[in-house]
Amino acid sequence: MIRNLTVRMRRFGMRLLSRPRLDLPLLLALVVLACAGLATLYSAGGGNYSLVGGQAARFALGGVLLLIISRIPPPVLRSWTPWLYMGSTALLVVVAVLGEGRGAYRWLDLGVMRFQPSELLKLTMPMMVAWYLHPRQLPPSWKDIVVVGLLIAVPAGLIAEQPDLGTALLVAGAGAFALFLSGMAWWRIGLLVGGVAAAVPVAWQFLHEYQRNRVRTMFDPESDPLGNGWHIIQSKIAVGSGGVFGKGWQHGTQSRLDFLPEHTTDFIFAVFSEEFGLVGVVAIMLLYAFIIGRCLWIAMNARDTYSRLLAGAIGMSFFVYVAVNGGMVAGILPVVGVPMPLVSYGGTSAVSLLTGFGVLMSIHANRKLHD
Amino acid sequence: MSRRRASIKEVRGEVALFRRRALTGFALILLGLAGVCVRYVYLQVLHHDEFVVRSDQNRVKPRAIPPARGLIYDRNGVLLADNVPAFRLEVTPEQVTDMDRMLADLGQVVPLSDEDIASFKKQVKQSRRFEGVPLKLKLNEDEIGRFAVNRWRFPGVDVVPYLTRRYPMGAQMAHVIGYVSRIDAEDLEAMDEEEEASYKGTTHIGRIGIERYYEKLLHGEPGYELVEVNADGRTQAVLDTTPPTPGKNIYLSIDVRLQKAAEEAMNGRAGAAIAIDPRNGQVLAFASEPSFDPNLFVNGISSADYKALTTAPDKPLYNRALRGVYPPGSTVKPFLALGGLALGIRRPSDTVLSTGEFCIPGQSRCYRDDKRGGDGTVNLQRAIEKSTNTYFYRLALDMGIDRLSAWMSRFGFGQKTGIDLVGEVEGILPSREWKATRSKNGWYPGETIIAGIGQGYWAVTPLQLAHATATFAGHGIPYKPHFLLDTQDGVDSPRVRQSFPPTGPSLVKKAADWDAVDEGMIAVINGEGTGKGLGKGFPYVIAGKSGTAERFSRTTNAYNENKNTAYLASRHRALFIAYTPAEDPRIAVAVVLEAGAWGAKDSGPIARKILDQWVVDEGGARPEDPSPTDIVTSDALPEAAPSGENPAQGDDSGEEPAQ
Repeated sequence: MIRNLTVRMRRFGMRLLSRPRLDLPLLLALVVLACAGLATLYSAGGGNYSLVGGQAARFALGGVLLLIISRIPPPVLRSWTPWLYMGSTALLVVVAVLGEGRGAYRWLDLGVMRFQPSELLKLTMPMMVAWYLHPRQLPPSWKDIVVVGLLIAVPAGLIAEQPDLGTALLVAGAGAFALFLSGMAWWRIGLLVGGVAAAVPVAWQFLHEYQRNRVRTMFDPESDPLGNGWHIIQSKIAVGSGGVFGKGWQHGTQSRLDFLPEHTTDFIFAVFSEEFGLVGVVAIMLLYAFIIGRCLWIAMNARDTYSRLLAGAIGMSFFVYVAVNGGMVAGILPVVGVPMPLVSYGGTSAVSLLTGFGVLMSIHANRKLHD
Repeated sequence: MSRRRASIKEVRGEVALFRRRALTGFALILLGLAGVCVRYVYLQVLHHDEFVVRSDQNRVKPRAIPPARGLIYDRNGVLLADNVPAFRLEVTPEQVTDMDRMLADLGQVVPLSDEDIASFKKQVKQSRRFEGVPLKLKLNEDEIGRFAVNRWRFPGVDVVPYLTRRYPMGAQMAHVIGYVSRIDAEDLEAMDEEEEASYKGTTHIGRIGIERYYEKLLHGEPGYELVEVNADGRTQAVLDTTPPTPGKNIYLSIDVRLQKAAEEAMNGRAGAAIAIDPRNGQVLAFASEPSFDPNLFVNGISSADYKALTTAPDKPLYNRALRGVYPPGSTVKPFLALGGLALGIRRPSDTVLSTGEFCIPGQSRCYRDDKRGGDGTVNLQRAIEKSTNTYFYRLALDMGIDRLSAWMSRFGFGQKTGIDLVGEVEGILPSREWKATRSKNGWYPGETIIAGIGQGYWAVTPLQLAHATATFAGHGIPYKPHFLLDTQDGVDSPRVRQSFPPTGPSLVKKAADWDAVDEGMIAVINGEGTGKGLGKGFPYVIAGKSGTAERFSRTTNAYNENKNTAYLASRHRALFIAYTPAEDPRIAVAVVLEAGAWGAKDSGPIARKILDQWVVDEGGARPEDPSPTDIVTSDALPEAAPSGENPAQGDDSGEEPAQ
């Protein structure tokens, strides 16, 4: 009886090892990143345990979601995709209607918790694009590109209208990456990018004044040292004064003394750079690169088109987070609300990111075993 | 349908395409991340130094530590100005939700004046929200107690200790020491950058008196600490401290016992009494009456108190000793007599016949003696003793105004003595040049005549008179009168004597000249002079001279028969100068009463009381005071002029010859 049980356990263990549901290298990288994030948050928050505790709780919630979703096979996800996409887009419309005349309005109050429907799109968007392209002949035709363009433009437009330029960028980026990975011809990409570049002056007209100011001060932050430029100047001082080896954990004066605004959220990477220096920055960039690379590796080994495109898009949109936030903190990109993934405190971004990695784990678990 | 189409997809090519795209994408991503890293290299390596400086500029601020103000002592080490801990109410605005209501409630517990509230509100506007702003300075124990019980009701309100200036002698020393008060915007404007830096953190500055004159000595140099501040400017930690250099302690030449005696002898009568050591110019006593409590000004005087002081008819804030000007009357006579000898115009034995009237040859206008009928034939000593006007009319006329004023200016008349107080006035020494600045009319001989008895244009400060007396008493060697005796770096350091050498050679050419005048002044008190009786019971010989000057010009040439003392006091200034021991003087005194009937009778006893105290201070037994009846009432002796002695010793004066 007991021997029987041990044999069954061993068999179950062998099955797990031979075909693990979770990709351990990716998981390990995420854990290391989360730990680095929590340590930085502890320092940035001035030794505030409740801040770290709250973030850890989010990681835990995200972890549970990751585990649950990793159990859902990609075909099931694929069958839910249109409903998830339409549902989340509908919530965006609800927010837009409720937020009529209330300025920046992004939240939906569920009584128990508030959440941003736009966060959902970060995942449902690449899912939808992958779902649409899954049965098509790839590379996509002009018609498919136009349809995908519309699928991207409607929710992204609604989010940009909230206004939340950062999230709109992430959502649109995730969709665009799926399209890119589907093999869209280079000349078509070139044509599209050219068209977008031509549209920039037009888009400028539709930007809010505060967004324009953010762009303006990005190019010359010192022109407005007490207003919009303050964030960027103080952030650059934090980064620059960190030097090669940094000031040491909990010794970053810019954040500890409150010179750096939003130093637990959007600008937490400035704290990290100040305390751990260039060495820390390069290390964490390598970690991010590893995570993205691992995502693409999982995508390459995925079972079908939907899984491939979805996994690849999620991995590549991770890059948008890192590049936009890292560039913003270093003063080369405008201040838009994009967090440093798994390092910035709060929001629903930690949860939605880990959910996305749950999808990756599911794809990994259902990979094709041999080519 | 989609399923069917998927089945006909060319899967193998699509996988290869995806692989290429994924690798291309990853390469682009690596490039992007590398680009971000390059930016960090730019900031963290290439511009590292610059950002380190800017980071330190953000967080490290110097903060001044105010120095402790130097203490002030009298010559014997009696404390005259002290720094004492006090308590003030401070409010931190950011912790108060409803300021007006809080102030109203707090007013029920600790009385708050409208001024307290007004100046508090003004300061709140200029301060940061988290900085404590003083609401009420100098709480008394009762207020501290009542607030302590109610403290829970007032979040953001605290009782804070601080050092405040205290003048233990109060009104007694007010006109010497002056006071400190809060630095205001005008003070800051008057300072250059360096001075302003040295006052960082200091709240008070010397306003008048010694506190003002020796501000630089007393203030000290502030220390600095480097503090780490956060973005709001709130101090987080002290990184480095340079302690302040406290101000020097100052020892004044004043002897508080003598000062007290002078003040008490004045007994509240408006005027001044000054004692100077003729051997060195040290001021031993400097009383100006009435006085005020300087402690009122330190933490901001209430407008009620200030109004009371400024509207009081006898002007207690007015430093009469330093700034009051009075006709010196007969007190100028000894100096003039010495001038006559020094210039060779007179010998001590030369006589003049006093008939009661002196007329300039060829003019109908005549000048009177004090006594009807005159003093008869008088020599120099007798002229001083009896204060015979005719002698000095003639002397003045013989000297001429130019020589007269040149000589008298050597005694310091008509110019600032240079004492270490701010605000001294020059007074008026009658001279041709002075008159030319006032009037187009030339100098009249009659003006020379009345200048000879200290009337007319003459205006001297009590300090000038004391200074001149001390200069004469010191055998003509002039010293600048001064208060500063010693300085001291700290209570345990030795006192460092300050040097005040003579300001010039002796004014006395021949010792015999000095002796002759000295004899005359001795006779004033010890002979048949106006101050007869003032030396009774005194261990040393006192020399002196009285002066009774008229406050108003005479309108008639008639003798005034009114002998009512109060009436006369309303018309006369009573002056007295004295020094002792007569042969080798160690103290010189000048007393001026704004309203006194007779110089000798009213001011003389005050001078005597000061001298009595001086004897005690020197280690002698307290001399027995002469009884009031011992002192001769007027400059005209009763037995010599039994009926109708005449009012002014100083005589006619004021009225100029017909113009």
